[in-house]
Amino acid sequence: MPNKTFFWFFLPTGLAMILFIGLPIISTGIQSFYAQHDQVVKEVKKCDPFGCTVSIVVDNEETSKIREAKPLGKFNGFGTYTDRNHLAVDEIKKFWNETESFGAFVDQVTNLPFYKALIFTLTYCLFVTPNVLLLGFIIALSLNAVARKIRGPLIFGTILPMIVTPLVGSLVLFWMIDSQGIIGANIQNLMNDPYLSLKSSKTLTWITIIIYGIWHHSPFAFVVFYAALQTVPQEPIEAAIIDGASRFQRIKHIVLPHIYPVVTFVALISLMDNFRVFEPIIGFSAEGSAQSLSWLIYDNLVNEEVILFGSAAATSMMTIIGIAILLAPVLIRTWKEFKTAR
Amino acid sequence: MDYGLDTKSTRLKTFNTIFIITWLLIACFPFIWTFWGSFKVRADFFSRSDWWYAISAFNTLIETGGQFTTNAYTQAWTEGEFWKASKNTIIVTVFVVSISLFLGTLGAYALSRSTEKYAFWILMAALIFRAMPHITLVSGYLFPFFELQIWGILPTTIVVLVAINQPFTLWLLYSFFKTVPKELDESALIDGCSYFQAFRHIIMPVMWPGVITAGLFSLMLAYNDFTVTALLLNQENHTMVPKIQSYLGTNQHEGNLMWAVSAVVSATAPLFMLVMFFQRQVISGLTAGAVKG
Repeated sequence: MPNKTFFWFFLPTGLAMILFIGLPIISTGIQSFYAQHDQVVKEVKKCDPFGCTVSIVVDNEETSKIREAKPLGKFNGFGTYTDRNHLAVDEIKKFWNETESFGAFVDQVTNLPFYKALIFTLTYCLFVTPNVLLLGFIIALSLNAVARKIRGPLIFGTILPMIVTPLVGSLVLFWMIDSQGIIGANIQNLMNDPYLSLKSSKTLTWITIIIYGIWHHSPFAFVVFYAALQTVPQEPIEAAIIDGASRFQRIKHIVLPHIYPVVTFVALISLMDNFRVFEPIIGFSAEGSAQSLSWLIYDNLVNEEVILFGSAAATSMMTIIGIAILLAPVLIRTWKEFKTAR
Repeated sequence: MDYGLDTKSTRLKTFNTIFIITWLLIACFPFIWTFWGSFKVRADFFSRSDWWYAISAFNTLIETGGQFTTNAYTQAWTEGEFWKASKNTIIVTVFVVSISLFLGTLGAYALSRSTEKYAFWILMAALIFRAMPHITLVSGYLFPFFELQIWGILPTTIVVLVAINQPFTLWLLYSFFKTVPKELDESALIDGCSYFQAFRHIIMPVMWPGVITAGLFSLMLAYNDFTVTALLLNQENHTMVPKIQSYLGTNQHEGNLMWAVSAVVSATAPLFMLVMFFQRQVISGLTAGAVKG
């Protein structure tokens, strides 16, 4: 296709992506270097028959004037990145000097909002992704062994958790697991502890969200693996059966190597999706004990008084860097393949 | 696995059956339970005293005189203004699907027919864009949108959702266009068609399965989106998913939590029916990128 034709065909979609994905990333980058204005204060002298008092009040008029003149806020450089709510450089230095054992230091650091969120996000990715791959593969193997006639409805039932939006999916589970729901109430009865509830324990909350993640993402892995299983050639498997290979050996030495590229694809996609975990935290109302990077950004953006653009943008930039680190191996590999292919 | 030589022991078969039944129960029961519970009153579905009330409908009988009640639905749709949210969802979904299909087919066709190096780099860039968490993009939008005073209205959200959806649509349609033989449009070009005519009259007619799949995915994205719609729309223009969230926030209202339950059911039912209808397309879409590498 000539370059000129290509240009006109690609222009609309290219423009949409540049304007609404490329530029916002740049806009986020710029915003992250600014912080909202401080409030302007003025001294007010108030006199009454008993004497004069000077009090300091917020000058709303002046404040809004400054905000209008410079809506982006004041330039803050890397200040937002290093403040307490983000990388917390000063606090970490302080903890390093003050705490006695390394354990106490780690304890202190993981209580800082950014690190807390980072640890939750990574834990979530670390537990959900492998389990999704495993469960998806087992379901695919298992459904593949069922008679063809009834597979249709079974597949429909299997993919339900995936097609609902995460908020709805987590709500539906939350209403069952909550202390007033069917599962929660039964667990309370079983454990004989009327105060046992999701909200009371951080560990329980994390486990629930991770289980939710596996429940929500496994169907995707299943669908891809199931389709890949249909393309596994039959002859080597029949040969292996004649040679006396067990079922497990057949899966390990023939099926898995055949679908290996698909496994990396699913792992990559689910890692990308898990890294942005956010809606389940709202669905499970777990803000208290589990916060993710995406949730931190959301929290800044829905702030009641003043939207913390700078703070949200700084977290966003660091999330984007995180994504880049996750994607780097794949991109480097693709680039190498592309170079050798030429 | 269904291999001619493969004989399965009964033990394995039983184990397999039990596993599938257990999994289906885990996957489907929450939805069935929510559907059942949406016809009860709050005191039953979220019972403080006994979870069995949700089945025996103890309080529902007292409060409404029947085993089942549709109060939650009527209240959410009228008083809770869920009708408005669903109207907004329909508008957003229709526009997002048609615009992103229009842009996506053009772009993906060009990518699939280009032999230049930049086509590869564009696809890579699309992959990176696909990986961006939506909330990071939203944090980039909010400030400019406030300044331009286009925040809160439906058209802005539609354009944003179209753009966010493009990388995935491009990849999906690209892999479908690749399966259409090049000879088909080349012969049309020799006969004197322009590229656009070849695209319009030769390629599109054989592309319908791919277009339907891509359309379904755009639809699911627009219909299911929470991050963008919750932050870029004002209260008036909220679509269904942010509306459901707003029912959760206020706990003063006795009915509100049940509104959320009935709203969840109302929002999920059309989606399930759609997927039941187009199941094959959904699965072919999910695997299109994967199986072909």
